[in-house]
Amino acid sequence: MTWEPVIGLEIHVQLKTRTKMFCRCANVWGEDPNTRTCPVCLAHPGVLPVPNRRAIEWTVKLGLALGCEVAPRAVFARKNYFYPDLPKGYQISQYEQPLCGPGRFVVPGPAGDHEIGIVRAHLEEDAAKTIHVGGAAGRIHGAETSLVDFNRGGTPLVEIVSEPDLRSAEQAKRFLQLLRQTVVELGISDAEMEKGSLRCDANVSVRRAGEAGYRTKTELKNMNSFTFVARGIEAEVERQIATYEAGGEVVQETLHFDPQTGSITPLRSKEEADDYRYFPEPDLVPVAPPAELVASLAAAIPELPGARIRRLEQEIGFDLAEGLVTSGRDRLYERVEGDRRAVANVIMNQLAGAGVDTERVDPAELGRLIEARERMPRTVFDEAIGRAAEPGFSAAPYLEQQAVSDAGELEPAISAVLAAHPDQVAAYRGGKDGLLGFFVGQVMKATGGKANARVVSELVRERLGA
Amino acid sequence: MAITREQVLHVARLARLRIPEGEVEAVQAQLGAILDAVSKVSELDLAGAEPTSHPLDLVNTWDEDISRPSLPREEALANAPDPAENAFRVPSAG
Ligand SMILES: [Zn+2]
Repeated sequence: MTWEPVIGLEIHVQLKTRTKMFCRCANVWGEDPNTRTCPVCLAHPGVLPVPNRRAIEWTVKLGLALGCEVAPRAVFARKNYFYPDLPKGYQISQYEQPLCGPGRFVVPGPAGDHEIGIVRAHLEEDAAKTIHVGGAAGRIHGAETSLVDFNRGGTPLVEIVSEPDLRSAEQAKRFLQLLRQTVVELGISDAEMEKGSLRCDANVSVRRAGEAGYRTKTELKNMNSFTFVARGIEAEVERQIATYEAGGEVVQETLHFDPQTGSITPLRSKEEADDYRYFPEPDLVPVAPPAELVASLAAAIPELPGARIRRLEQEIGFDLAEGLVTSGRDRLYERVEGDRRAVANVIMNQLAGAGVDTERVDPAELGRLIEARERMPRTVFDEAIGRAAEPGFSAAPYLEQQAVSDAGELEPAISAVLAAHPDQVAAYRGGKDGLLGFFVGQVMKATGGKANARVVSELVRERLGA
Repeated sequence: MAITREQVLHVARLARLRIPEGEVEAVQAQLGAILDAVSKVSELDLAGAEPTSHPLDLVNTWDEDISRPSLPREEALANAPDPAENAFRVPSAG
């Protein structure tokens, strides 16, 4: 009996505006604790919030990129709860009237497009940063006291809620990566999961294949890397299936995934947590995005990553296209002339593998290297790739070092390799074609990487040919 | 409009208020009276009326994204009952 995972994501994106959401304290990361605060973001009595215009515009821009309807009228609301990182006793958020309403975000996959529904995208203020001290270090439960740093308190945060349209951990990760790249390209956030400027919670349930409706869902909190999101969801899906198959019931609860151990533990009971008593924020008037503003924001949206994956897929296949676009390396790819697959492969495998900053690579010089790569000794090519981002890099000196392609020069090395591996030679002749790569590799090693691999491959095939 | 004893205790718990046992009934009566007064609005025909979220008929009051100086840290922490390590130290919420 097969089970189908049903997954929805809740994503928080920290906007990189210059100032906070409702006061003009600088919105910065990594400053000394409590050096960016004022009576507004510390919630002193009698202060009033003033919205950040840029944050509102950026939220509209993001909504448009997610295919959302922009609300003609949005209202800020108070979400009431007590926690040390929330000095007012409420968070200013949006509830019944968010800035961006329903939308559809297209996520290209290897087997076609997936349209993921967007429920809403709304603007709110972030909580302060709390460091738990005492008790068992690093664990939320064992802490005795907390240190609160209000630098982050009141900074603008967009919350994006997806429909439960995702059907695997893999798909959820793909959606999140594409959303991240979209946000980065809109220039509204660094969206770095390790730094917390992109955060993801997942609502997870399972159901029998073909079953209508949804079963009880659980919420996985704050997984701080793409890999952990995928692994957390996978672990929770497995746990729920095992629960049902053992005749049990899944309980609605908030869970914490520990990537170290792979274990899932309850964070808190949902019973009282969700009674937030939202009501319209009386200190703020509604936002009615002017039509001209929305039109000009829409016109400024560039070709989005999802569309570029589909375009590049035609040239180089899905995997390379997705890898290039979601890493932002397709900018370099588009500027380098030459065989499309070779260019994509070199950028994704060699350049990325060597940790080269693709933004600093001269496309013309890289194109020359790739064009000549088969005529160059491999070691020379690798060295050139490693230096491709250096200022003033030129391919010329590397191109002069031609690989050995002369059959007469290569024959002794080939003979020696074949003589040293009689078993493999017999196996190759017996039909194990895959061993060709092994022989080529041995010859490359014997020649210190200076041989032309393509020529070696041809020569070996000739020598062993029937 | 009647409000139950359980609702009073629930709201009190959410607001972190301790209501002495002997006063629950009095609070229940007071909250009931407030709800009655507000519910007068529903005697009107309000079909098609937009809910009022703000008394002023204004939209889009906002500020440009230009920073202004923050408080010096000593001032920010001046009212903290138990500052430590340049931060507000509080009991853990656990
Ligand atoms: Zn402030």
